[in-house]
Formats: sequence, C-alpha cells, structure tokens
Amino acid sequence: MRLLSRKATCNAHGQDSSYFLGWQEYEKNPYHEIKNPTGIIQMGLAENQLSFDLLESWLANNPDAAGFKKDGESIFRELALFQDYHGLPDFKNALVDFMAEIRENRVTFDQNKIVLTAGATSANETLMFCLAESGEAFLLPTPYYPGFDRDLKWRTGVEIVPIQCTSSNDFQITAPALEEAYLEAQKRNLRVKGVLVTNPSNPLGTTMSRSELNLLVNFITAKGIHLISDEIYSGTVFSSPGFVSIMEVLKDRKCENTEVWKRVHIVYSLSKDLGLPGFRVGAIYSNDELVASAATKMSSFGLVSSQTQYLLSALLSDSKFTKNYISENQRRLKQRQNFLVKGLKKAGIICLKSNAGLFCWVNMKHLLGSNTFEAEMELWKKIVYDVKLNISPGSSCHCTEPGWFRVCFANMSEETLNLAMARLKSFVDSMTMTSSHQMLKNSRKRSLTKWVFRLSFHDREPEER
Amino acid sequence: MLSYKASSDSHGQDSSYFLGWQEYEKNPYHQLHNPNGIIQMGLAENQLSLDLLESWLENNPDSVGFKRNGESVFRELALFQDYHGLPAFKNALAEYMAEIRRNKVKFDPNKLVLTAGSTSANETLMFCLAERGDAFLLPTPYYPGFDRDLKWRTEVEIVPIHCSSSNGFRITIPALEKAYQKAIELDLKVKGILIVNPSNPLGTSMTRYELNLLISFAMAKRVHIVSDEIFSGTVFDCPHFISLAEALMDRQLENTDMWSRIHIVYSLSKDLGLPGFRVGMIYSNNETVVSAATKMSSFGLVSSQTQYLLSNMLSDKKFTGKYLKENQKRLKKRKQMLVSGLHNAGIRCLKSNAGLFCWVDMRHLLSTQTFESEKELWKKILGEVGLNISPGSSCHCSEPGWFRICFANMSEETLGVAMERIKDFAESVTSNRNRNISTYHQMICDKRLLFNKWVFKLSTNDSESDR
Repeated sequence: MRLLSRKATCNAHGQDSSYFLGWQEYEKNPYHEIKNPTGIIQMGLAENQLSFDLLESWLANNPDAAGFKKDGESIFRELALFQDYHGLPDFKNALVDFMAEIRENRVTFDQNKIVLTAGATSANETLMFCLAESGEAFLLPTPYYPGFDRDLKWRTGVEIVPIQCTSSNDFQITAPALEEAYLEAQKRNLRVKGVLVTNPSNPLGTTMSRSELNLLVNFITAKGIHLISDEIYSGTVFSSPGFVSIMEVLKDRKCENTEVWKRVHIVYSLSKDLGLPGFRVGAIYSNDELVASAATKMSSFGLVSSQTQYLLSALLSDSKFTKNYISENQRRLKQRQNFLVKGLKKAGIICLKSNAGLFCWVNMKHLLGSNTFEAEMELWKKIVYDVKLNISPGSSCHCTEPGWFRVCFANMSEETLNLAMARLKSFVDSMTMTSSHQMLKNSRKRSLTKWVFRLSFHDREPEER
Repeated sequence: MLSYKASSDSHGQDSSYFLGWQEYEKNPYHQLHNPNGIIQMGLAENQLSLDLLESWLENNPDSVGFKRNGESVFRELALFQDYHGLPAFKNALAEYMAEIRRNKVKFDPNKLVLTAGSTSANETLMFCLAERGDAFLLPTPYYPGFDRDLKWRTEVEIVPIHCSSSNGFRITIPALEKAYQKAIELDLKVKGILIVNPSNPLGTSMTRYELNLLISFAMAKRVHIVSDEIFSGTVFDCPHFISLAEALMDRQLENTDMWSRIHIVYSLSKDLGLPGFRVGMIYSNNETVVSAATKMSSFGLVSSQTQYLLSNMLSDKKFTGKYLKENQKRLKKRKQMLVSGLHNAGIRCLKSNAGLFCWVDMRHLLSTQTFESEKELWKKILGEVGLNISPGSSCHCSEPGWFRICFANMSEETLGVAMERIKDFAESVTSNRNRNISTYHQMICDKRLLFNKWVFKLSTNDSESDR
C-alpha cells in the first residue's frame, strides 16, 4: 500500500522546472556588492523593491497601526481573537477602495464580494477548487507564470491547456488560438471550465488591449465558461496604454447582472505593487454569491493574519498616502524599466514593448546556437553559470518559441542592475567575437585545404582574417 | 457550472456546531448592552492570559515596530516569503514546544513546517498522506471542524473509532479493530489514525496506556498517526501531558519505520490565545512529508510580520516559562469554577485536566435517551436559557446527552451569569418533571378512584368517598 499520497511523492508540484532551479543556484551563490561581488545576480524574482522607503516613512508616522492601537487604545485582544473568515471589515473596505483607485475609479468594488486569502497563490488554487473538478481544464495563454503549474494543478487535479500565443503579434490572444486550445482540450477529453489570464501579463509586462478583453468575453459567453483575471500587477502599470480591467469591459458592454458577469472572477494581491509578498495578502473578487460563499469557507485554510489585516487597513485607508504611493511607485518602475531596456539595447538585445510589471520579456533568439529549446537551455545555463545572472527561460513559462527570457528589474539596486547590464554586454560581445573567431577558424580550415590543394598544384595565396 | 465542492454541503458547515455560532452572532450577550443575549460557550478560545502578552508587547516595542536592535528590518520582512519559514521563528517555536513537554522531547526546526493555523496543517497532512478512497480513523467524540478540514477538498474519508462513557471515552483495542473493519467494509483504505491530544472535546490528555495501544495498532497495520497537540499547552492538572513523540521514544522506536509515520500538529491559537494570527505547524520525521508539506504551505504561509513578532516573544525564555505556568494556573481555576457551577445545578462533567472546555453529562436532562431529545435540549438551552453550547452529536458522540461547554472565552462574571442560568434551567426541568410526575400520578390515581367508585357504586349501590 502506498505510504504517502501521489501528490506528496510525484513531481506534479512542478518545482523541478528551471524557474525554480535557477533560484536554487542563486541561493548557493548570491551576489552581494561587498561580500560576494562575483555572485549570481537575481533577475528571476518578480519583486518590487523600489518603493519601500515610502512605506517605511508611513509606518514611522503611524506607529499605532503596527502597535495594535486604534486612537491610542490597545486593540490587541480584539485582533488576537479575530479569526472570522469574512475578514476585518475595515480592511476589506480599504482594499476595495484601493483596487478602485488603481483603476482610476472607472470600476468600483463591493466589499461583500471580496474574499481574503493568504496571497494570490492561495486565491488561485481556491478558485480552481470552486470552479472545477479533478480532470477538468482551464485554458491559459502562453507564456505564463511557471508557478501556475503548481498553484492551479497540483492539489486540485485540474489541467492546464495552453492558448498558444506568438511573437508575430506580440503574443496577444487571438480568436483562432482560443478555439484551437478549446479543441485541444476536447481531444484530450478534458472539459473546459474556463480561461485564466494574468492582466497585466506575467511574463510579458503588457496590459491586455480592449479588443483582447472583448474577445475573451465573447469566447466565454459562447462557451458558457468562467474567466479568471489575475490582476496582481494592476498597480504596476507605468505607461500608456493604461490598465483596463475586465470589469470595466463588462461594464462598458452593460453586462452587469447577466450570466456572464457572474462567471468573471478577479484575483488580486499586495505582493507586487506594494511589494509585500511576505505579508501574504491576496483576494478573490466574484459576482457569484455561491463562489464568494464557498471561497470564504475555503479561506479557512489560508486566512490573512489579523495583525497584518489591521496594519494594512490603516495604510490603505490613508487615501493621501495611497494616491501618492501609486503615482510615485509607477514613476520609479517606469524609470527602472527604461534603464533595463536601454542596457539591453546597448548589448544589442531587444525586448517586447511593455507598460507594466516588474520585468521585461527579452528577445535573445539571435544568441541561440539553433532555433531550439535545447539551445535555449544551453544559453540559459551559460547566463546563469558563466554570466552569473539568474533570468527565466521562456520554456519555463511554456512559451512556444525558443529564445525569449524574462528579466526582472525592480528587485535590485540601480548599481546592481548596471553591473548586470555590463556583464550581459561583455557576454554578448564575447559571443559575437566567438562567432567571428569561429568564422575565422572555418576560413582557416578552408585556406589549409586550398593550400594543400595549391601545394599539390604549386600555387600560393595570402592568408585570410 | 461550479465544482461539486463549491455547490454541495460537503464543507460540513451545516452542523449545529456552526449553527449555534450563527445564533449567537445574531444576539450576543453583553454585560451592559445586551444582558439577556446568548452567552457564547461554544468557542474554544483562551481569553484568560492576553494581559500577559500585552504587557510583554509593551516592554518589547521593537517586535511590532519591525525593528531589531534599533535597526529597521521592515524591508527584509516585507520581502520574506520563503516557505521554509523565518529561521529564528522556527527555532523559537521548536524550543517552546519542547518546553511545553517539560523537555522530555526535543524538536528539530528542520522538520517543522509552518502553516496558516492548524486548520491548514491538518488539511495539508491529509493531502500528503492520503487520497480519495482512503480514510483516517478518528476517535469520537471529535472536533466538528474536522469534517471540513480533513475531508472537504481532500476527499479523504473519516471513519469513527467509537468511544463510550463506560470507560471515560478512552480508546480501546476492540473499538480500533471495529473501526478498521468498518473502513474495509466501506471499501476504504485506512491510511492512519488522527487523534487530538489533549482531546477536544473531552479536555483529557491521553494516558500512556492509550498511546501505547495506538502505537502498537499503527505498527501492526502499518499506518500513520497524526497527533494534533494543539491543546498541549493547556494541561493544567495531572497527569502530565505525554506527547506521542515521548511515548515512541520511551519504547525506543526512533529510527524505525514507525518513527517516520508519526506527525505532530501544533498551533498558537489555544495556549497563547492567538487564533487571529494564524500560526500552525506540522512536525514530521518523514523527509518526504516535510518536503511536500513545505511546498504545500505556499497555499497558507504565516505572515512574516507575525513570524517576526512571535519569534521574539517565544525566544524570551523568561517570558515563556512564566506564561505557561500562569496560564495553566488560570485555566485550572476557571475550569474549577465551571465544574462547581455545574455541580450546583446537579450536572456532572467528565474529569478533565486540560483544554478550554468541559465534557458535560446532561443525560439526566433528556426526556428520552435519543439524539432527537439531545437536539431538543440543545435548542432549549440555546433559545430559552441563552447559552450556546455544543451538542455531542455535532462531535459525533455515540451516546446522546453529552455537551461541550467552554470556560475560557469569557469573563468570570459572565461565567457566573451562565452558571446561574443553567442552575435555574436545571431546577426548572427537575421541578417540572416532579410536577409532571406527581400530576401524572395524581391523574392516574384520580382516574382509578373514579373508576373504582363507579364500579363500587355499580356493585354496592353505596356512595362513599375515598381520598
């Protein structure tokens, strides 16, 4: 008899992928400006480290929030005992207001429809448990966040069927790609329960266009399925076009209170724009009462610490702070992204034009030995072990075309990013020289043959370079 | 359109355990604002020692202020999402757990997995140890939440090990075997036994004999034992708490197969009284389990802000030593108050030495020894007496008439009010019964008298009055 479950002993946790392996290599030899200047620079972690000072200064000015005090009175007891899975009302109110603010109040949210979870990781898994059975499938556009292979599939038994997107149209979702994915699922005998998109996209760093969103609404209406929009990066949109939430599109199409409106669910988290992944704050927003109700009960398995809910309810209720934070944070992200794009350009590398996120989707096809995923892996290993940059290969994101990499820019100092760019430039230069050298070697070989030939024919010609 | 899990009631939350809670929410007792409201006695919370925690916090502001030795650690904590957990916290937790067990057992922080509460820990263990078609055996009565926590999303089944009042609800070999057979009958593969020690709802810690019984059974059947020791810090009376780990060590079973089949669950929700902070953990000697559970903890990590605060608190050995002792002293006193109060009302409890509740025998207040009757009594107590207590049936008790009553989640005054109410109620039930009995007897006598008179009249044509 099996001693442990299959889940515990298989590798369906998806953590054998290069995405996680690169991380491990970094852990063994992490770069440090002083202590380990030749170590690996972490560029595979989508964290936002650019705006902590803003949060720290707010904390310094508002010590009560972390000190379990409200208006000078201790509320420690109340918080210590608060385990209601409906969440701290003040926090939910502040959160929905913050989410609306990010969407420039073109959409507003009802705090009764929001469910708090320990991070978006928990939110996404919970939605799978609510919307699908083991053996059913969700369609996801590629490339997608490698963590989804664990988060959506592992314990739920739900399958992912990719919607293949290509560089030919900047990886946007098309109607044919959707249909193809749907058919593929049917071929595999999988019942499709919905589509899950990340908007803005990870790893692309782009916001979805209105036409893409409309396409999705048409598709899920036609098929009678769900749409999950993971909007975890919505607060990181730093240039035009602005962020258009799926809710806004539904509103514009006057879909409130229709069947399809109840089949659209949003996921959010404070891990990316606020840069607080350690605090484990995620949320599910759903117009379907049953989903909200079931998800609320399931949140028992991953509630947000009341200590943290209280701190953040105070922070997010401070609208003066949030307004300033959102715009300043976006300004810094834009500046930093520019820095990365320029640095890559100097190295002869181009990226997908992006307006959001904490990373760029980088085109290194020209550096591949051959247009294959094996070559991509070779290149990736070189970059991790020789260049000492941990970046994420497109294959780990299920990209259909080899040669694309996700490179993060917001999880390090400007100096470190500078160094990373310098290393990359050296690497690319050396590769170019190497291929020149290779060409030289090849031409030498040809010369030798010629000379031998000449020897045999008594001719002499000068050597080539 | 939705999954079966979302649209059915397999979440188990329609049980009276949760319904009573809802009734309380509608009409909660408040000394001033609502003195006739329902007193919550169905919530196993520890509100007795929060002042000790508050005073520690006052003396250690850095722990909440994201500071270490005056320096800010905010950035570090904000970014810390490593599912291996904050090392300082795991170290402090491992030592605290050892302290609770009087250092008879030591814990290795590398074998500890942090989870968002023991709710998450228990579910995660099910995902790791079992799958659909498998079952865990649980002694009854058990915590109603398990029907949701262990079964809902995992699809693992629970098969009860029926315990009875005849021996103080202790686990016996026949009961174990019977449960195992029942599982086979139901076509379920038994993967293990899950116990709560000290027990919820019994409030008793397991004897060494019981633990040895379980170990032998688990060895014979080659199954796991999950020991939820969430109430281990609430043992306030002898006998001392014996952890499953201690029992195994005493039998020299380290480094055997069995050693890697025991898993301990713990949480800071009960002894420290911090359910809102969501701090639970799994401890296992099985590397594969630790590894899988660690990855699964991604779905319910403990907030780094909270890990940091508690790592400081639990590292303060002066504080923890004092806290454990004082907290247990207060729990003991409060339990005694409940026991005396119930005694005054002619109600007895199971003799207990731990937990935040008593297992109360109200069989004598049932009109019939049935669960319907228990339900009637429960509704009366909820609706008329205004006390939310948990009926034994919601805990899957095999005998009607037992109730779990909590004592640590209210002030002493409120407990006093509750005891008054229950005394009045018990007295009214008894006097009603006596009245009913005497009324009934009187009626029967009267009827018989009339009949006799009539018969007599018929036979003797005399008129005489009896009585």
